[in-house]
Amino acid sequence: MRHLIALCCCLFGLLSFSVYAAESSPQDSLLTELVGAKLKNMTPILEKLANTQGEAILPLFRILLGGDLYYIKADKSLVGQFDEQGNTVYKDVFSQVVVPNLSKKDVKKIRVNNTLRGYLRNAIAQIQLTAKSPELRQSAVRELLSKLDKDTINLIEALYPNEANKKVKEAMGLALSMYAATSIDLVPSNRLVAIERLSTSLEGDVRNTLTKLMKDENPAIVKAASEALENIAQRANRFAFIDQLFFGLSLGSVLLLASIGLAITFGVMGVINMAHGEMIMLGAYTTYVVQLIMPNYIDYSIWVAIPAAFLVSGLMGVLIERLVIRHLHGRPLETLLATFGISLILQQLVRTIFSPLNRQVSTPSWMSGSWEINPVLSLTLNRLYILAFALLVFIALVIILKKTSLGLNVRAVSQNRSMAKAMGVKTNWVDAMTFGLGSGIAGIAGVALSQLTNVGPNLGQAYIIDSFMVVVFGGVGNLLGTLVAAFSLGIATKFLEPTTGAVLAAIIVLVFIILFIQKRPKGLFPQKGRAAE
Amino acid sequence: MTRLTEWFSAGRSSGKHTLPFVVILLTMTLLASAANLFLPADSALYVSTYTITLLGKYLCYAMLALAVDIIWGYCGILSLGHGAFFALGGYAMGMYLMRQIGDRGVYGNPLLPDFMVFLDWKELPWFWLGMDHFWFAMLMAVVVPGILAFVFGWLAFRSRVTGVYLSIMTQALTYALLLAFFRNEMGFGGNNGLTDFKEILGFDLQADSTRVSLFMITALLLAVLFVVSQRILSSRFGKVVLAIRDAESRSRFIGYRTDRYKVWLFVYSAVIAGIAGALYVPQVGIINPGEFSPINSIEMVIWVAVGGRGTLIGAIIGAILVNYAKTRFTAIMPDAWLFALGAMFVLVTLYLPKGLMGLYAQMMAKRRPAKTQESEA
Amino acid sequence: MSANENTVESFRETFRRDQVWPFLTPAQTKVNVDNQMILYVEDLNLSFDGFKALNNLNLYVNDGELRCLIGANGAGKTTLMDVITGKTQCDSGTVFFGQTHNLLNKDEAAIAQLGIGRKFQKPTVFEEQSVFDNLELSLKTDKGVLPTLFSRLTPTQIDRIDEVLKIVGLAKHRFMLAGALSHGQKQWLEIGMLLAADPRLLLIDEPVAGMTPQETEKTAELLTSLAGERTVIVVEHDMEFVRSIARTVTVLHQGSVLAEGTMDQIQSNRDVIEVYLGESEIAEGEEV
Repeated sequence: MRHLIALCCCLFGLLSFSVYAAESSPQDSLLTELVGAKLKNMTPILEKLANTQGEAILPLFRILLGGDLYYIKADKSLVGQFDEQGNTVYKDVFSQVVVPNLSKKDVKKIRVNNTLRGYLRNAIAQIQLTAKSPELRQSAVRELLSKLDKDTINLIEALYPNEANKKVKEAMGLALSMYAATSIDLVPSNRLVAIERLSTSLEGDVRNTLTKLMKDENPAIVKAASEALENIAQRANRFAFIDQLFFGLSLGSVLLLASIGLAITFGVMGVINMAHGEMIMLGAYTTYVVQLIMPNYIDYSIWVAIPAAFLVSGLMGVLIERLVIRHLHGRPLETLLATFGISLILQQLVRTIFSPLNRQVSTPSWMSGSWEINPVLSLTLNRLYILAFALLVFIALVIILKKTSLGLNVRAVSQNRSMAKAMGVKTNWVDAMTFGLGSGIAGIAGVALSQLTNVGPNLGQAYIIDSFMVVVFGGVGNLLGTLVAAFSLGIATKFLEPTTGAVLAAIIVLVFIILFIQKRPKGLFPQKGRAAE
Repeated sequence: MTRLTEWFSAGRSSGKHTLPFVVILLTMTLLASAANLFLPADSALYVSTYTITLLGKYLCYAMLALAVDIIWGYCGILSLGHGAFFALGGYAMGMYLMRQIGDRGVYGNPLLPDFMVFLDWKELPWFWLGMDHFWFAMLMAVVVPGILAFVFGWLAFRSRVTGVYLSIMTQALTYALLLAFFRNEMGFGGNNGLTDFKEILGFDLQADSTRVSLFMITALLLAVLFVVSQRILSSRFGKVVLAIRDAESRSRFIGYRTDRYKVWLFVYSAVIAGIAGALYVPQVGIINPGEFSPINSIEMVIWVAVGGRGTLIGAIIGAILVNYAKTRFTAIMPDAWLFALGAMFVLVTLYLPKGLMGLYAQMMAKRRPAKTQESEA
Repeated sequence: MSANENTVESFRETFRRDQVWPFLTPAQTKVNVDNQMILYVEDLNLSFDGFKALNNLNLYVNDGELRCLIGANGAGKTTLMDVITGKTQCDSGTVFFGQTHNLLNKDEAAIAQLGIGRKFQKPTVFEEQSVFDNLELSLKTDKGVLPTLFSRLTPTQIDRIDEVLKIVGLAKHRFMLAGALSHGQKQWLEIGMLLAADPRLLLIDEPVAGMTPQETEKTAELLTSLAGERTVIVVEHDMEFVRSIARTVTVLHQGSVLAEGTMDQIQSNRDVIEVYLGESEIAEGEEV
């Protein structure tokens, strides 16, 4: 793992270094000037830097604004002072690479005063607001919302008419309204219009502003502000609900992935595979190993890890079926015990090979980050992808069971084993394949889980009981039941959590299922008819 | 004497080992206790207090195995939640011992246990009331597991939940309790559980004599429960239980309400587990939510499987053997224990379905085949 | 308002003075057969997922009769037995045992305790217990938990078991494990278990499947000797066997009664011939 981090750092460093190197020549002289300059002479230098460098100079400005800019006495090169876990380190301003072996004695601070700070703040805002990418511009406006002052407003006002991007323009309008709403010297009717406009926004800063306005001297303003706040609260609640729903669906998708393989083996063979959780764990560790093998291609590692995990877990499943479960046919309770033994062995094996500590699996860049729908609702991309992935796996499985000959055999065996055997279905082969398929899907689930939690030897244990509950709740041998059960349990848990806390929510769900099973022993969607008894 | 032997061996063939087994168990207990109390520490035959406590622990596990075997071996109900009953019994005893600490805790509060003072609670929760009386705590140690078993069993058996479904449900039950007891708000000491006990009924828990007494009481209770269970299972009730295990619907069609039989057997078994838990806690000196963890409950099942399910002696022997192996293994090479345990699960289910007792019976049958045929005719 | 009235009304109904609450009436086990009729099955319907297993089935059985049920697979014979013994819930209809016992609101155990014994297609005995224990368990006794726990075998009960052992020819195997018996012996043991329970009505599903001709003959003898004192309903495919024992035969077809009468009447019945010979495709098609 340590190697991996080191490698990542190196790679990153190299990349940024090359950028830095390419642009270094004109900037160098200005930077050296900066080192020697007196305070009053600094503004022109900074202005020049801002004009020539544009966005590239932002890190320097930010460090300077924070008063953390130093230069090395020996060669006059600039470094930023950072605090990392209590230690003071110096990093190159642009590449963020730590400059080693520097102590406080080797560097000297570049001082700033209030005038300079004011200039820097404005310059940073201006550079950002005129940045090429609309996303950058938008985030710049949103950043400014909390610290609006006359200068920035002037700047925004100047840029507003020419802004082409709709979202950026909206954000700028919001900033202007916010400023207008709080300006006491403005006519009240104008302020009311501004407040009205604010009531459509979900920004936290807008809410802060409105809350402040509740103390305004003008009762009309107070009334408008309270109405706007209520309006906002209502909308925010709606989005909070969607957010909870999303987390519920996300948990449901994880449960679905974890339990669907179990549902297949339980449905077809009538046996509980207690080592199912370990199949998930193996999948997660496969992801980890794949990333170790191809550290430079983390973004693509997932596409290798999915088939690899399917194969590793699937083969392990076939092995278990051939070596153990086959010999325990018709004795489901013994199968449960034997597979539990296997789960212990696999856990210990992983502990011996990879150490008992958790392993970090990196998330590909395209999966990290989140999809921001509005200021209060943002869906994390990895959960979104996993939700889609779970549904995809489910559909694929349904197609396999409905359309392929393996599926036909599997269905035949699950409905009437002896009859299928009499009709010439190789039940042995079907058992092995089913077990392999179920375990392989567990492996895939492991890949997905590795993107959400730490990978450790106990990973499987954490999900196994919940998966059992899903299968039992949904009804054995019914994939649709598993789907419905997984999502309803996921959503129920997430909606209970805010009021009861996570632990109590889990307990409530467990107790509910225990009671439900007493009422409907065959689950939500039972198999009917004489054969089912 | 003959009457006594007859009473012991009532009818069933497995009963003929009952008396010798009880005699051996009690003799060993007496010898070990005497060796601890009356021999000097440097004697070759001296049994250390540590060993006595260890043996006492094994006997508690044996009692627990007895409970699991009664329900699994005789009635075919694989409970993966017996750890819950054990732990509940243990908590009842733990609460009594906690109240006995009185003002000798770190915070010196005469009424509240330390963890409650730490959580800034002002008064004792209602379920802690009365637990300072030994008789009441012991009543709770059997009643609480009994009631839980009754409610769960009544719901499950009446709606005919059987087989792996039932096993999974029992596992969910103990898992839910595990989560619940981890919560500080439950008032059972949360993560850390109950510990730092000082004395039981006024006797110092650290004293050798207390340790030995606890060990002897455990052995005696184990013997009593063993004999009583043997009697119950060889009565017609026991035959019905076996009938339910082998052909439940047939038993119903000859007029037995099988769900009631199962519920009462489940309750009986849970009560034994509760007693075992109550005896366990003063000997090991701690009870925490870890006892509820599903893996513990499954481990109990393997003790029974190793010894031979369907024979009470087998369950007891299995529990003692496996736990002895665990003690040795974890001392020599701790990493290997889980491998060994896992392998035990697989190998026993595959190759030794009737456990060591089954192996023994097979060997006996081979040694004198002529004699058995004779007795059958 | 009307809800209130309903409540009052139901309250009045509950506390009417001229009636006794069901749970206060002592459980009666006497079977009222004043009309010479022991089993009334009326308008019985049951469907599994759209398949009509029982379709308006009506069946009356006289006290002391030996009745044979025949019919193709899926005609509803076993399902009918399942409903009578409480194993399966029907959709609609009534089943009365004697004039007073409604079997549809009782569970298997209660029905068995009333004196209805059932033998399954596949012999099910308690394999891990001795033949003697099997019979002991089946004796007509109080089958509650506590009485069973403290019960001891009385000499009369032992005599009864010996008697049954003799009837079913297993006296020599009394201490053998039931699982070690041959298939035919298991069939016999199961019949023995029914006898030990001293039932009023026996439902016997394919008793001679897997028996040798001699064993079959012996079974026929036993069943005919039982009739009169007890009522016996036999389901059987072996027509020779049916002919040798039956006085009245009922033919089931697609979940309802097609014909009823003596064996000769049945064999000349046009409907039966049509169903069995003319439209054999239908009979095959309806198999589940």
